[in-house]
Amino acid sequence: MKKKSSVILAILILVTVLVSCEKLLPTPVKDEDVLAGTIPGLTMQQEKLHLIGDAAFAKIFTTEEGLGPVFVQNSCSNCHTGNGKGHPSNVVTRFALVNGPSVDYLIAKGGPQLQQHCINDYSAEDLPSEANVFTKRMAPAIMGLGYIAALNDLSILANVDSTDLNADGISGRVNYVNPTSFFLPQSIHVSNNGQYIGRFGKKAEKVTIQDQVVFALKQDIGITSDFDMVDLYNYKLGVYTGDLIPDPEVSVDFVNSLVFYMRTLKAPPRRDAEDADVVAGEKLFTQIGCVSCHVSTFTTAESDIAALSNQTFYPYSDFLLHDMGTALDDKYPEGSAASNEWRTPPLWGLGLAEESQGGLFLMHDGRATSFENAISLHSGEAASRRAAFIALSDAEKAQLIKFLKSL
Amino acid sequence: MRYIFVLFILFSLGLQAQDSAFIKRIPRDTSAMVMNSDAIFNRPFLVIGKSPIAIGGYLEANTQYMGTDGVSDGFSFQFRRFTLFFSSTISKRIKFLSEIEFEDGTKEINLEYAAMDLELHPMLNLRGGIVMNPIGAFNQNHDGPRWEFIDRPLSATTILPATLSNVGFGLHGKVFAHNMSLAYELYFTNGFDGKIIDNADNRTSLAAGKSNAEKFEESNSGLPMTTAKIALKHRKIGEIGLSTMFGVYNKWKMDGVVVDAQRWANAFAVDFNTTIANQTVVNGEVDMVSVNVPSGIAQQFGKQQMGFYVDVVQPLYKGSILKFEKAKINACFRFEYVDYNLGKFTQTNGNIGDDILAIVPGVSFRPSAQTVLRLNYRYHWQHDLLINPASQTSGLQFGFSTYF
Ligand code: HEC
Ligand code: HEC
Repeated sequence: MKKKSSVILAILILVTVLVSCEKLLPTPVKDEDVLAGTIPGLTMQQEKLHLIGDAAFAKIFTTEEGLGPVFVQNSCSNCHTGNGKGHPSNVVTRFALVNGPSVDYLIAKGGPQLQQHCINDYSAEDLPSEANVFTKRMAPAIMGLGYIAALNDLSILANVDSTDLNADGISGRVNYVNPTSFFLPQSIHVSNNGQYIGRFGKKAEKVTIQDQVVFALKQDIGITSDFDMVDLYNYKLGVYTGDLIPDPEVSVDFVNSLVFYMRTLKAPPRRDAEDADVVAGEKLFTQIGCVSCHVSTFTTAESDIAALSNQTFYPYSDFLLHDMGTALDDKYPEGSAASNEWRTPPLWGLGLAEESQGGLFLMHDGRATSFENAISLHSGEAASRRAAFIALSDAEKAQLIKFLKSL
Repeated sequence: MRYIFVLFILFSLGLQAQDSAFIKRIPRDTSAMVMNSDAIFNRPFLVIGKSPIAIGGYLEANTQYMGTDGVSDGFSFQFRRFTLFFSSTISKRIKFLSEIEFEDGTKEINLEYAAMDLELHPMLNLRGGIVMNPIGAFNQNHDGPRWEFIDRPLSATTILPATLSNVGFGLHGKVFAHNMSLAYELYFTNGFDGKIIDNADNRTSLAAGKSNAEKFEESNSGLPMTTAKIALKHRKIGEIGLSTMFGVYNKWKMDGVVVDAQRWANAFAVDFNTTIANQTVVNGEVDMVSVNVPSGIAQQFGKQQMGFYVDVVQPLYKGSILKFEKAKINACFRFEYVDYNLGKFTQTNGNIGDDILAIVPGVSFRPSAQTVLRLNYRYHWQHDLLINPASQTSGLQFGFSTYF
């Protein structure tokens, strides 16, 4: 009898445990604490397409699938870890031969980008001896890019002040670049003698997300697509010594799904926006003129994705190039961007950077490991703002940084 | 296909006619001197009539409800594997054993084992064919019904490749003295290929090398891989095993021309098991792997890996339950850890992550020694390469595994 009841008891316990399954799962991570998720207002089909793109972004390429033969990393998400700003172990290196105004990207010697890794039975690239400049870039976060892509060029041009007419010491300008062969101008794009405004990349050298995706597939992973059919090879081994995988190595759909994924990743959400210190910090940010470059608010134009049409968003960037002084000068001009010029990076998502980078690594190459450090590296056009920051009291500095962390 | 049907009929015959005089059941030897190296032959077998062939097998299935960071894909039912083995004694000192495994339904069908044993002397046996590389204990002793846990140990399946088998031959033997026995095994087999450092797992993985389609035909490197194990067992104290496996994995020579440096993959394992106070079973294994990864990708694909697991099984009740005469209820607990990438980032001097820590408490019900029903709760913390905050996965698993 006793045995029977203990068996029944055991079964009852088991059933209770099974029923309370949900409670045994780890607590959900809050939406505002992660660099993932979609922009509000997508349809169910769009949500599904986003997930397909998400998988493409995380796809690990192997030799059999066309990786390399030389490459920097084997997947998008290995550099853009957790959609965040990446890590110094995954910087890309670009090189060139610069001689006064002439810039040779050494295409015949594996330029513009170094692929320091290779598939089995191949050999990786070295920096060619001719190169006299090289730049190192850490991956940027890729959140909210759809909003930036949906801006009308005129909204970007509105902040341009290339000759510093307002005499605030800051003269943002656009990078006019030659469009790629597959670029299809839309009504938001304004042509300037056949050149277009770049808005992506650290020196604003890419006009569209698609430009960057096609470039990344090839230069970062060694994957050919219909938009760029010529595979990489190690120039030291000779021309056409690529991998033996038929090109294109991914389909147009694959490229499209990546673009769609990045267009529909939500803008990084804010946390603690109401906190008194954060509010005070934002005021200081405006007062000392950080906003001259880190412009808080923009509104998108009409977009084919309804959820991106006429949306106000808060990137804290003007998407313009600024002379940032000699310390940040990488000696590497790109398009019309000079070597000391950098595009103002959006500051949204900075508060979540640390939890996606395995540490804090700021500025284009990750050299700054604290916010103070990053701000004190501002020079050139931003010199007066840096001085204003340094002049703040410790409490004010802490407020300003708390504001940055709320982004 | 027809082959599978025949197997199926044999299998059902076995189930229906279990207790008839026609079918004889040979139970597993559970005496104290059985060692891990005996596991492949020491299984319950069925013999049909006067046939020289004995067959056996087991199957494993479960349901689980797992979630990661609060997001769950809901319930899933998993048919993990169905394994069949056939053994035959060709003459008194010549034995043959084969094992076929169907994993995840029929997604993966593997010839796990097919080898002949020729006994020259109890201390000296020749074995050849598709043999199991005796690295670690789990690899040798992996039949589902023997374990109280639904998931196989991470370290034995993802640091070492679980149930790794290759074509080759070698020697094994066993000596007894007083309360001790000593077993050794030494095999030369085909080895791994470049997949161990070029795979969609995104990390160095000897397990990824298991899928090498040509492994039964040629050695990718043209050199044999060596696996050696030595194990010592004391009747009262328990068993300890030391094993190693090493070989060149890359194609360094093509058509006689040297095209690359020889790159090595080495593994080393220590396993142990003991029974405390005649009832609590403790069982564990430490696995280490080092691979010569071309320097470029070594930070993503680790050069060194380590993992271990410790299982504790505590009997709670032995006796008759629901008319099962020799039923048993056990409580069990597993603690396991794997670090897929030991090392530091050269750029920041920070540690490289890519690790998992897991605990698995559970209970099992064994209506008979051959069959186990198990309920596990699993919780694991996983770090990415950059050691960002760990993602947490947990949930319940319920399933069974049985020999037939
Ligand atoms: C080797 C590391 C690496 C890999 C792999 C990589 N990226 Fe990037 N990504 C970068 C870096 C570095 C930049 C900045 C480039 C620059 O400034 O020129 C960048 C920039 C970008 C940008 C522009 C973001 C902005 O705000 O301007 C997008 C979009 C992007 N990557 C998408 C991708 C996609 C899609 C893939 C996979 C096909 C990918 N990346 C693979 C390192 C990487
Ligand atoms: C002249 C324009 C300009 C002004 C003014 C300016 N910034 Fe910046 N800021 C930049 C540019 C350009 C970068 C990127 C430089 C680089 O990557 O090397 C940057 C980078 C940063 C970063 C690092 C972002 C990252 O993702 O790595 C922070 C933080 C930052 N700025 C904060 C501030 C603060 C606070 C102020 C006011 C004290 C300020 N900035 C004023 C242009 C400006």
